[in-house]
Amino acid sequence: MSGGFLRFESISKSFPGVKALDTVSFGVESGSVHALVGENGAGKSTLLKILSGAYRQDSGSIVVAGEHVSFASPIDAIRSGVSVIYQELHLVPEMSIAENIYLGHLPNRFGFLESTVMLDLAATQLAEVGVQVDPREKVGRLPLALRQMVEIAKALTHDARIFAFDEPTSSLSAREVSRLFEIIERLKESGKAVLYVSHRMDEVFSLCNAITVLRDGKHVFTENDLSQTSRSEVVNLMVGREIEDIYGYKSRLIGEPVLEVKDVVAEGIRKPASLTVRAGEIVGIFGLVGAGRTELLKAIFGANRFASGSIWIDGVKRRIESTRDAIKAGIALCPEDRKDEGIFAIRSVKENNNLSARRRNAHMGVFIKERWEHWNALKQVERLRVRTPTIQQHVGNLSGGNQQKVVLGRWLSENPRVILLDEPTRGIDIGAKKEIYDLIYELAESGVGVVVVSSELPEVLGVCDRILVMREGEIVREIDRTEANQGLLLELALPTGDKSGAAA
Amino acid sequence: MRPRQLWETTGILVVFVVFVLILAATVENFATPINIRTILVSVSVVGMVACTMLFCLAGGDFDLSVGSTVALGGVIAALVVNKTGSLAYAVLIPVCVGAVVGMVNGFFIAKVGINALITTLATMQIVRGSAQLASGGSSIGVSNESFAALGQTFWLGLPTPVWLMIGFFIIFGVLLNKTLFGRNTLAVGGNPEAARLAGIAVARTKIAVFTLQGMVAAFAGVVLASRVTSGQPTAGLGLELQVISACVLGGVSLTGGVGTITGVIVGVLIMGVLENAMGLLNIQAFWKLVISGSVLLLAVTLDRLKHKASLRRKAERV
Ligand SMILES: Nc1ncnc2c1ncn2[C@@H]1O[C@H](COP(=O)(O)OP(=O)(O)OP(=O)(O)O)[C@@H](O)[C@H]1O
Ligand SMILES: [Mg+2]
Repeated sequence: MSGGFLRFESISKSFPGVKALDTVSFGVESGSVHALVGENGAGKSTLLKILSGAYRQDSGSIVVAGEHVSFASPIDAIRSGVSVIYQELHLVPEMSIAENIYLGHLPNRFGFLESTVMLDLAATQLAEVGVQVDPREKVGRLPLALRQMVEIAKALTHDARIFAFDEPTSSLSAREVSRLFEIIERLKESGKAVLYVSHRMDEVFSLCNAITVLRDGKHVFTENDLSQTSRSEVVNLMVGREIEDIYGYKSRLIGEPVLEVKDVVAEGIRKPASLTVRAGEIVGIFGLVGAGRTELLKAIFGANRFASGSIWIDGVKRRIESTRDAIKAGIALCPEDRKDEGIFAIRSVKENNNLSARRRNAHMGVFIKERWEHWNALKQVERLRVRTPTIQQHVGNLSGGNQQKVVLGRWLSENPRVILLDEPTRGIDIGAKKEIYDLIYELAESGVGVVVVSSELPEVLGVCDRILVMREGEIVREIDRTEANQGLLLELALPTGDKSGAAA
Repeated sequence: MRPRQLWETTGILVVFVVFVLILAATVENFATPINIRTILVSVSVVGMVACTMLFCLAGGDFDLSVGSTVALGGVIAALVVNKTGSLAYAVLIPVCVGAVVGMVNGFFIAKVGINALITTLATMQIVRGSAQLASGGSSIGVSNESFAALGQTFWLGLPTPVWLMIGFFIIFGVLLNKTLFGRNTLAVGGNPEAARLAGIAVARTKIAVFTLQGMVAAFAGVVLASRVTSGQPTAGLGLELQVISACVLGGVSLTGGVGTITGVIVGVLIMGVLENAMGLLNIQAFWKLVISGSVLLLAVTLDRLKHKASLRRKAERV
C-alpha cells in the first residue's frame, strides 16, 4: 500500500446478497482533498460509514497517522478525530439548530447544559458556514438546503483531523456550494485530510487534488495528482465505457399545450405564476434554493394549497385540491426530498415501485395483481438500471442514487400526461444520469409534457427546450434554449443586490 | 409561527383553566380547600410516575409495567417494614427492586431490540405475578408508626405525598431541560440514528431511563402503601394507562422527541380533576369508565392533530 495520513487496508464489507466493498486499499494525504467517485452502489457511502464507525468492516483495517484504529461505534471515530457528513441527513427535527449542531457533545458543566454558551457558539458556527438563521429555530422547519448547511456546521464543530463529505452539494445551490468550497479549501490549508464524494465531475476537478475510483465495490484507480488524469479517463474507469455527450439533446416535434398553469399564487409563490408545457416539450425551471421552484411544483401537484389561479390539462380546467386529484388529472411529481417524501425505507423495491400505479392495475380495482406488479417492478429496475440484489430488497438498504431511481420508477409507472421532476438526477451517477436524460427524451417523444427543476446549470442548459428562471418566489424570465447561457441564467437567478459575491 | 408555538405549549393550559373554572362554577363543593387537597393527594402516585414516563415517551418508548411495579414496591415495603421496622430499608429495598425491573426492561428494549410494547407487556405480568407471590395473594397490613410518615403526615398544610410529587416535578423538569441526559433522551427519541451517529450512547440512555422509571414507580408504590397502611398486590391496576394518558394530554408525543414537564403537570391535574368531579357528581362507576376512555381517545387525537399541523408547517416551508 502507498503511504498517506489515512489508509484503508483491504477493507471488505458484505451485506446479504451484496459485496459492497471488496478488499479496498488506498491512502489519503493530509493537506489534500481526495475525491472518491464511482457509480451508484459502488460502495462509497459504505466506506465512509466504516470510517465513521457506523458500520463495522468484515475484514481489513484503517490506519490513521501510522496507527491501526478500530472503531466499534461512532463515538470511537469522533474521538479519533474523524468527522463525517453523511449522504442522508441525520438531524433531530424537533430540536433546535444549536442543539443539533452540538448533538453528542453539548456544552455543559457537570452534566448541566450551558444554553447561552451553546447559542453563542452555534451562532458563530453558522456565520462560519455563511447562513443567517436563528440558532433557536427548530431544524424540522428548515428547508433542505439549510438543513444540509446545519449538518456541515455540525461536522465542523468536531476538532477533527479527517473530514469526509458524502455528496454534500446535492441539495445546495450555487451560493452555498461556493461557500462550502471555501471551507474545504481552508481545511486543506490547515493540513486536514479530506475525502470528498461526488457525482459532479466539475466539482471534483475544480476542488480536489487527488482521486480514487471504486467500481462494484473494488478499488480500480488512485491518482494523487489529479492533473495527471482527465475527466474522460475517470468517467471511463467509473462506468467501464465511454460516455460522450452526456446530454445528447435532440429536437422533437412539439404539440398542443398539455399543462397550463394560470396565475397561481401559493405558499412560497409571491407573484402570480403562469406557465405552459406542450406535448413533447421539456421545460426547465432554474433558480437558487428557496426561489419557490419546489413550491410551484407542489402547488401544481395539489400538495400545497394555492390561494388563487387555475390549472388546465389538455385545454380543460381541472380542480386540483389534493395529490389524488392531480394524479387523476395525469400529473406526476417526483419529489426532491427523497428520504422524507419519496421512499418507504422498510418496504421492498417492488412495493415502492408499484405503490402508485397499482390503483389502476388491480383486479376490479381491489385485489392486487401480483404478476403485473412483479413484471412492472422488474421492468423499471431494468430500465433505470437499479442496482439491487432482488426486487424484494428493502429500499432503505439501497445506495442513495438507487433509491432515487426507485422513486423515479414509481412515477414512470403512472404513464402521466405531465411529469414534474424535482432534481431528478440528484445523487445519480454519470452513467445513470445519461439514462435518465434518455428517458426524459423518450417520455417527451411519446407526447408527455416534462418539467425539470434543477440546480445544476449544465443539466438545465443541456436538456431543456425552454427554461424558466425563478427568483424569490416569482418567475422572472422565460428563455428559449437557443438564447440561454450560464451567465444569463445565474444573473437572473441571483437575488437583487446580491450579484457580486456569488459564483457558479 | 410564534403564536402557533405559544398555542402548542400553553393551549392545554388554557383548556385546563377553562375546565376548572366551569367545574368550580357548576359543581358543588369542588372549589374548596379540602377538595383541592383531596385532588392533589389522589394524583400524587400518577404524578410521580408520570415524571419518568415523560422520559420514556420522549425517548421514543413507553412502559406498561409501572402499575405492577407500584404494587410490587408497596408489597415489598410492607414486608420489609414488618420485619425490620426501619423506614430507610422499607424505602431503599423496594427502590432497588424497581431499579432491577427497569433495568431488565431497558436491557431487552435497547440491547436485545424487542419493542417496548412487547417487553413491558411481559414484565407487567411477571411483576404483577411476583407481587402476588410475595404477598401470598392478599394485602399486607402495616402498623408501624414511622412508616406512616411518608404517606400520612402534613407539611405546611399539604400532605407529604403531594410535596414528594412536587419535588419530583422539579427534579425531573430540571433533568429534562437543563442536563445532557435530558437532551440526549429527546435526541434519542427524535431521531435514534442521528443520535447514534452523533456519538450518543443510545442503549445506555434508554437503559438509564427505564431504570429511573422502575425506581420511581416502586417508590410511588411505597408512598401509596404508607398512605393506605398496607401493601396490596392489586394496587396500581390500570395505572400505566392513566399515566400515559396524562402525559399525552400534556402534549408528550407518542412517537418520541417531544415533551415538557409543564405539559405533564397539567395532564396529570386534568385527569385528577376529572376523576374528582365525576365523584362529586355521583357519576356511576360504569359511566366513569366510558368517560375516562373517551378522554384518552381525545388526548391521542390531540397529539395526532398537533403532529399533522407540524408536518403541514414543514411541508409549507420546504
Ligand atoms: N444496510 C445495507 N443493507 C444491505 N445492502 C446495503 C446496505 N447498505 C448498502 N448496501 C448495498 O451496498 C452497495 C454499496 O452501497 P453504497 O451506499 O456504499 O453505494 P454508493 O457508492 O454510496 O452509491 P451512491 O452513489 O448511489 O450513493 C449497494 O449495492 C447497496 O445496495
Ligand atoms: Mg452513497
